[in-house]
Amino acid sequence: MSGDPPIRVVLAKLGLDGHDRGLKVVARILRDAGMEVVYLGLRQTTETIVDAVEQEDADVVGISMLNAGHLTLGPRIVDALAEAGLDVPVVIGGIVPDEDRPALADAGVAGVLGPGAPIEEVVAGIRDAVAARGR
Amino acid sequence: MTEGPFRTLSGIPVEAVYGDGPLPGEFPYTRGVHPDMYRSRLWTMRMFAGFGTAEDTNARFRELLRSGGTGLSTAFDMPTLMGRDSDHEWAMGEVGRAGVAVDTVEDMADLFAGIDLGAVSTSMTINGPAPILLAMYVVVAEESGVERSRLAGTLQNDILKEYQAQKEYLFPPRPSVRLVTDVIRFTTAEMPRWNPVSVSGYHIREAGSTAAQELAFTLANGFAYVEAACAAGLPVDSFAPRLSFFNSHVDFFEEVGKFRAARRIWARWMRDRYGATDERSLKLRFHTQTAGVSLTAQQPEVNIARVALQALAGVMGGTQSLHTDSHDEALALPTAEAARIALRSQQVIAHETGVASVADPLGGSHYVEWMTDELERRAEEVFAHLDELGGGSLLEGVHAAIESGWFVGEIADAAYRYEREVNSGDRIVVGVNAFTEGNDSRQADLLRIDQETEDLQRRRLDAVRRSRDERAVATSLSRVAADAAEPTTNLLPALLEAVSVRATLGEVVDVLEGVFGTYVERTVV
Repeated sequence: MSGDPPIRVVLAKLGLDGHDRGLKVVARILRDAGMEVVYLGLRQTTETIVDAVEQEDADVVGISMLNAGHLTLGPRIVDALAEAGLDVPVVIGGIVPDEDRPALADAGVAGVLGPGAPIEEVVAGIRDAVAARGR
Repeated sequence: MTEGPFRTLSGIPVEAVYGDGPLPGEFPYTRGVHPDMYRSRLWTMRMFAGFGTAEDTNARFRELLRSGGTGLSTAFDMPTLMGRDSDHEWAMGEVGRAGVAVDTVEDMADLFAGIDLGAVSTSMTINGPAPILLAMYVVVAEESGVERSRLAGTLQNDILKEYQAQKEYLFPPRPSVRLVTDVIRFTTAEMPRWNPVSVSGYHIREAGSTAAQELAFTLANGFAYVEAACAAGLPVDSFAPRLSFFNSHVDFFEEVGKFRAARRIWARWMRDRYGATDERSLKLRFHTQTAGVSLTAQQPEVNIARVALQALAGVMGGTQSLHTDSHDEALALPTAEAARIALRSQQVIAHETGVASVADPLGGSHYVEWMTDELERRAEEVFAHLDELGGGSLLEGVHAAIESGWFVGEIADAAYRYEREVNSGDRIVVGVNAFTEGNDSRQADLLRIDQETEDLQRRRLDAVRRSRDERAVATSLSRVAADAAEPTTNLLPALLEAVSVRATLGEVVDVLEGVFGTYVERTVV
């Protein structure tokens, strides 16, 4: 263990999609990996997520989307954080076809975790996203 | 009818059933609800479909009917499931993406254009705003000359499992249960061929529950609706929910045991606890859907085998209708080709394997009989817990366990346990934690729903808003508000009037929210 403070991660479902099994599992995985998890849960908007990141002084945001809305909503949350002056990476988890990954990367999404991603990959995905911002 | 005579591939004649009683068709129906099961009628091959605009989905419906599908099943998009119009701010990015967008009666009319609603049976997977979508369906049928009494189908209308698992609720639990009973009262009186509730285990299982939890929570919800409808003044035999809906997962014998246990529990409880005397009230009929959550994004073609085995478990368990998932569903909504392969898998089971010749072919197997008993025992433990919580009422017990977060906690624990087992390698998932050669192959072509669909749907909605009688809409919405405020008034007549003058789904939901309020779940992680 290093002396660094634990990573603070905000987890949320963005939009109307109610499938929260994956996000809840991820919450426990990250908590077990020593991170501080702020679980916002269902039906969050870009505004509620930006507010939480600001108030909780979060290092990274994890968004779960199984509604095929990632190409619309992913860039929106990245832009909303940037507009609020928050340099916080966004990682998207859920059902994202491979061919959509470049477009999400271009839009500034820091990482994508697909279905069946093992625990180590989930933890590394969040750590790497934070490390890339030089925290 | 399946094709007779009933002989094996090599010509050996086979009986309709083997073993001693109680036989299929006899109480407690562990072995099936019909004496000769699929010999008299195969299961309904009901494929769930919905994407884009109503016109897009209508084309898929017609294709499935042409390919030998025998019933329709509608998947709505997320804004429709949540009672929001396509031009609502929250709908952005989700219109037509995970199902079909329906904002008004005009969309419902386009969805079923060219399909004789007096001849086909239709299932609609909708819960929070279910009575509004049912009203739209009735209005579309009647405007095309088909009386409501001739309509056959099923409304999912199972709100309790939304608070437990799927999370597509609009209002707090108690007014939502009132809406469920309003639908039961309405269809019982006016739509004799309609199933008003499909008590659903599917979503509970998909959210991560075990088979025993799926069985127990689903049937507890079923009993809760029975209590609610009786409290609303209906005699138990007048409505007895005639349908349930289960998941079929990969553990073959556990699934078969689950279906058999479900029938036995239902029959006993309906007779002994709720005093049902009509044999039909005691017979649990159910639809089965293969487990979407079991499908892998890795080597997706392997999902064809998973789906076929899960479908076989549903048939061995005596299902009345079946949806088979498409192999590309871990990646996107199914393409037409993938949906056709899934339907063909059912047809292979029905017509080539011979399993439809004999009722409950696994009955009498030591393992299957033990599994049936064991799952029943575990379910009874849950019923006892809920009964105690509810002070002798399953309905109150379910309400209490929703409010305390008990269901979501139990399901989340089971989901996490499963994830750890897969991660540690204790449980093998082909292509995920073993046998991964081939995982890097390029993904096949997927069904894409683009932003243009969302824009098009908004224009369609706008056109309806511009052409309707605004005064009639306002009057009808006032009546919805007034009737909602009267707990004993059935809301269906007011809803029929509102949607017939082209009030939108979102407008009606807004009015109901004004009376009932909204619901925010207690977060349990």
